[in-house]
Amino acid sequence: MKNLVDKFARKIVQAGLADNPLVCGLDDELVWNRSDPAAPMLAQVVANMRINSLICAEPAEPYRSILRFLCRNRPATINPQDCETRTFLHDLPVTDVFSADAVLSRLRYRKSVIICDEDKVRVISFGTVSPEQAFVTLSSVCFSTFVLFFSRLLEQKRAGSLDDHALNLCERIRPLVTPPARKPPRLATGPFSSIRDAAAAMVEAGRQTVNLGLVDSYFGNISCRLEDTICISQTGSSLDELARCIDPCPLDGSSCTGITASSELTAHNEIYLSSTCRTIVHGHPKFVVILSMACDRMNCPNRGQCHVRCDRARFIEDIPIVPGEVGTGPTGLCHTLPPAIRDRRGAIVWGHGLFTTGKIDFNEPLAGLLAIEQMCRRIFFEEIGATG
Amino acid sequence: MTGWCGKILRIDLDSSATDILRPDPVRYEKFIGGKGLAGSFLRDRITLAWDDPAAPLLIMTGPLVGTAAPTSGRTTIMSRSPLTGTVTDCSVGGRLGFHLKRAGWDGVLITGRAANPCGIVIDNETIKLVDAVELWGADTATVFQRLQKRDNSVATIGPAAENGVSYASLMVDRHHAAGRGGIGRCFGAKNIKYLVVRGSGRVSVHDKAELTAAREEILRLAAASPVLMGEHGIARFGTGALYDLMDARRMMPTDNFRRTRFAAAPGLGAVAYAKRFQPKQHGCMGCHIRCKKVTGHKNRTAMPEFETMSHFTALIGNTDPDLVVRANDLCNRLGMDTISAAATLACYRELEGEIDLAPSLLALLEQIGTGSTRLGRELGEGARAFARKQGRPELSMDVKGQELPAYDPRGAYGMSLAYATSTRGGCHLRAYPISHEILRKPVATDRFTFSGKARIIKISEDLNAVVDSLTACKFIFFAAGPEEYARAFSAVTGMTITAQDLLEAGERIYYQERLMNAANGFDDRDDDLPARFFKEPGSGSAPGTPPVDRAAFLEARRKYYRIRGLDAQGRPTPEKTRQLGLA
Repeated sequence: MKNLVDKFARKIVQAGLADNPLVCGLDDELVWNRSDPAAPMLAQVVANMRINSLICAEPAEPYRSILRFLCRNRPATINPQDCETRTFLHDLPVTDVFSADAVLSRLRYRKSVIICDEDKVRVISFGTVSPEQAFVTLSSVCFSTFVLFFSRLLEQKRAGSLDDHALNLCERIRPLVTPPARKPPRLATGPFSSIRDAAAAMVEAGRQTVNLGLVDSYFGNISCRLEDTICISQTGSSLDELARCIDPCPLDGSSCTGITASSELTAHNEIYLSSTCRTIVHGHPKFVVILSMACDRMNCPNRGQCHVRCDRARFIEDIPIVPGEVGTGPTGLCHTLPPAIRDRRGAIVWGHGLFTTGKIDFNEPLAGLLAIEQMCRRIFFEEIGATG
Repeated sequence: MTGWCGKILRIDLDSSATDILRPDPVRYEKFIGGKGLAGSFLRDRITLAWDDPAAPLLIMTGPLVGTAAPTSGRTTIMSRSPLTGTVTDCSVGGRLGFHLKRAGWDGVLITGRAANPCGIVIDNETIKLVDAVELWGADTATVFQRLQKRDNSVATIGPAAENGVSYASLMVDRHHAAGRGGIGRCFGAKNIKYLVVRGSGRVSVHDKAELTAAREEILRLAAASPVLMGEHGIARFGTGALYDLMDARRMMPTDNFRRTRFAAAPGLGAVAYAKRFQPKQHGCMGCHIRCKKVTGHKNRTAMPEFETMSHFTALIGNTDPDLVVRANDLCNRLGMDTISAAATLACYRELEGEIDLAPSLLALLEQIGTGSTRLGRELGEGARAFARKQGRPELSMDVKGQELPAYDPRGAYGMSLAYATSTRGGCHLRAYPISHEILRKPVATDRFTFSGKARIIKISEDLNAVVDSLTACKFIFFAAGPEEYARAFSAVTGMTITAQDLLEAGERIYYQERLMNAANGFDDRDDDLPARFFKEPGSGSAPGTPPVDRAAFLEARRKYYRIRGLDAQGRPTPEKTRQLGLA
């Protein structure tokens, strides 16, 4: 358990989510990654819940400032509309009291709580099986509030009601969210002829997708088509840890081993069957998601249901935006994404993320992912007119 | 009170009298329904012999049954097990709970023994005990043919229960089995052949809009789950979808658990069945996943579930899928548990020196179910009793006397601990660690370590105890969680309850079962696996999946006892009993 606690403490720092997180794990005894004055209070929280791990982290910038801004009017909850929150977190409870009672009363019904008091902003999350759940939740809270802040700003700008405080914050944190332009690294060249080669290329591409900040480590998926097999990352796998997390799924459907494959296997299949592409990468680049959610049709009858009902052909430059939920339900992205991405370098799913394809290997889709995110960030800041 | 009906039907078969129990609302709050509520009625009579007429037989629905809460149409059947002597309960699908609830009953408590074979007919408020002499001896298909209508639910035993098979099942609405622990034999002991229920009322819901919102959250999560709704998921292929995966993970119990890889497995998965039998989708009331599959031809019979597919092939050395389907159908007609039947035959096969069972499989099952031969009657007592009688007790692959399902514990250490601690003996569903050790939900855990597993198993047992009390389907919890179901529960009942409140109730419900087992003398000697798993390797890449480390297993069990609030021998403590409100 201590190994897992230390591992996820390190991952939080590596992912830029927090600088000095406090992580604990509980089997028969509570273990921490480090000592902290808050540990006794948090131990009380753990003792009063049926959980096996907990993370308490003061988010790194820009998340910390964004959370403080979103909490400035002391909301009971923050309600991002991105796919991750809508599907998995529902809403984000907030309190300004850092006490066992205040934390418990929120964590008893949700996966996280944001504590914003005068001194600090903290996020607490937990797991029932592994600290990984707490890590994923923390990551989702940071991602979704980031997206919420910037998408609201864009909405305000388009409505002509820009909030000065929000704009000031945007200018202040802009250097943090505008990394120097990077070229995509060179990845293994294809075509790949064996599952082993394809898997090795996927591991490399997944790691670089995370390194480039194009997806939080837990999210996204990646696949490669061989002659009669699709190799795809497993559900809930971390793109930076894909070794032994790749499922080879026969294209003829002759085996069910793909039951542990990514929830987007059907979408990947459809894309391969209707095109000549050989690789697919799916990430959650933040500004892609932010722009996808910014629609200026204020009186649209589908407003509030854009993620499933948007019926307008929307594009960012040449990249289409489609509605669709995770998976294979009647409103699943497996129905909307494959036709949209055909003959294009990528397609965006509303409030969710970006899919890109390659004809030979992962160089093309990774470069596409990076270029489209850079394009979206440029468009965003041009439209906002921030000067920082 | 919304969600619950507030009434339990009590039937005394000795006197043919019925009356109505109106449990205190606190009892509902503490035990919720289904498994929890049934246990609360069983506990003070759990030391009675399973076939003592005063021993209660309980059929319980949950507060979500009959509402729009997804996958919440299940029913708990509980009593003391003839197979193990432990408490045993089965969560069964079909329409039984739905009709019972709409008839205005949260459950039925049956005591006594009818003088002659009888049927119980519940038509809303009207209760009849009817003569069933004519159907005694009939197989379940005949009973369904005779009694099943579009607007009712039928539960029946088959000849196996009447003939003393210790793992006799209760079949519900043709295709759904309350399979494990010999619950069917409890019906037989009371001379109950069948139960017919028709309900036409409505289940009251506190806040329909809130329930709709909770439902949408749950459906969204289900749609995002590859295991449930994915291209290879159980909605499409049934639980048989797990077959290829278990083969790929080298976890398929083969030749009575002597190996974990079956060479013929690659051609015997769910895809092969789909091509061969073209099954149709079928589901329980209130479920959109519809994981049950039935054969495509006119006289539809249930397709085998994963456990049956695995045990009727790898465990007994059979490579013929047609034979699996026929064996499954025969077990259902005779009314006996496929897992225990196959595992007992695997034990017999090992004793006999790995004979080819395929040619005689159906005949042997017939002999067990009808008790027509001495061998059949001996096999009908279960693997433990059979192996002991043959002087080879070590060849029975069971825990507490219940035969093990189709996940080899050498390939998933959480599963090994969960098998051992299960209150009803060898069962994969009490904690179902396959969820995280194999299916990666809610996140993946390392299947070859005990690190962290003691608490995970305890929390999972609590969670599944709640699920069986609500009474929802465990499969939906591959996707949704107590968070979403707490919202549904609150919407239905009007009680404000959190995910953690549900888990606390689950802890109470599970501890109650430990209390019942302890009252019958069960302790750490029973929370154990067959020695084979600690001595013999499985079949992975050379040198094979290693045996489970005995010391590490015992250390994990020691941790589990501490976390669960048990003493060093695995017995409940007065302090914990008081703390959970069970004193």
